[in-house]
Amino acid sequence: MLAALGGVALVFFALPLVGLVSRATPSGLWRQLGAPAVQAALWLSLEVSLVSLGLCLVLGMPLAFLLARVEFPGRALARGLVSLPMVLPPVVGGIALLSAFGRKGLLGGWLAEVGVVLPFTTAGAVVAVTFVSMPFLVMTIEAALASVDPRLEQAAATLGASRWRILQTVTLPAIRPALAAGLALCWARGLGEFGATITFAGNLEGRTQTMPLAVYDALQTDPEAAVTLGLVLLAVSLTLLMALRGRISRR
Amino acid sequence: MKGGLEVDAEVRRGSFTLALRCSVPEGCTVALVGPNGSGKSTVVELLAGLVPASRGSITLAGRVLERAPGLRLPPQARGLGVVFQGLALFPSLTALDNVAYGLRSRGLGRAQARAQAQVWLGRFELGELADRRPEELSGGQAQRVALARAMIVRPPLLLLDEPLSSLDVEARGAARTLLRGWLAEAPGVKLLVTHDLEDARAIADRLLVLDRGKVVAEGPVEALLAAPPPFLAAMMR
Repeated sequence: MLAALGGVALVFFALPLVGLVSRATPSGLWRQLGAPAVQAALWLSLEVSLVSLGLCLVLGMPLAFLLARVEFPGRALARGLVSLPMVLPPVVGGIALLSAFGRKGLLGGWLAEVGVVLPFTTAGAVVAVTFVSMPFLVMTIEAALASVDPRLEQAAATLGASRWRILQTVTLPAIRPALAAGLALCWARGLGEFGATITFAGNLEGRTQTMPLAVYDALQTDPEAAVTLGLVLLAVSLTLLMALRGRISRR
Repeated sequence: MKGGLEVDAEVRRGSFTLALRCSVPEGCTVALVGPNGSGKSTVVELLAGLVPASRGSITLAGRVLERAPGLRLPPQARGLGVVFQGLALFPSLTALDNVAYGLRSRGLGRAQARAQAQVWLGRFELGELADRRPEELSGGQAQRVALARAMIVRPPLLLLDEPLSSLDVEARGAARTLLRGWLAEAPGVKLLVTHDLEDARAIADRLLVLDRGKVVAEGPVEALLAAPPPFLAAMMR
């Protein structure tokens, strides 16, 4: 029973991938990889998703600590807000970003005054990707922090360790596997991001057209190219994900 | 009683109140015994600075650790040695780096701290296990690493919360004898929390009996066990 149902699930996941591979040809793959628009989209995807991953790490880790370790009024609400982008349709997320950071948005006018324009720019694509992917990192790290044995941190404190030293020597090593998983999830979500990006940052070749957007474009004109691009995205994602997880979970 | 421990403090936790009054002379090993829920672990947390006193003061070797409300040294500033229940060894560090941890936290260089830690591991017959991680140690070995980690800083107060509980019955007898020897050599006040009167009899000089958050008896171990008050007699059965 278990094997039967599990097997059905596995086939369910594998079949579309097999279908995708069966429709691609090696020569087509090669030709697509050489196309300037595809190369631009691929590099832009990597750039946007990695810059966003860095942002998620720098901002998301402190947020996860705040949510896990600091009692403050409205913490439940803050938790809800953080998980919101996970349940929101990404297009709605893009509209929400426009209403906050767009030209006529809440902060848009002020941002424009200091010379920061986000909509329809590469920076805007980074913002869109960060918005939808950071919850994956924050929630993974928060759960991991909550499960760290408080005795270990207390033992370090009695031995004279400063808070910074406790963090480095006890807390971070304890959440290391979760950090790897969180980074991988966060980055994978960012690499596949489509809806919020196209809504907030547009679909401008070389500036905001990441791989998922290029796939979408290709689908309108050349379905075969869309398949190939999809495969390229798949291969790159798989390689980087495995490398990232392997690197971080090993000491 | 200049070098000893003086405590007159209260801790409130929900409906439970710990009222601890005791004075332990320098060099003395005192066993804190009492039934489950009597507040033994709260005593450790209070002295280590992990829970605040709601009232009263703690003085160690002439230095005020806490005077509520207002003055409260954080755990880092107390300089105690603590062997926690369950030991709380750092899983990502080797035995050597676990033992060196307190010295490193005090700013000693890595090489020097490790050299001293190696000496302490040798003293506890763990010299060859320096590179092992806690998960690769037996219960008895882990217990000795935790003891070395706490003792290496030569604390004025050494707190041991059920240090023998991770050992099976056979290992326990031998460990008691060893522990008595090590504690006898250590300066400062030693406080041993145990639910086992045999541990207290074998290791401690004095006995402090705790029941429902209050000290109900205090005195030399042999005298108290020879003519036990009723609640102690009940524990002995």
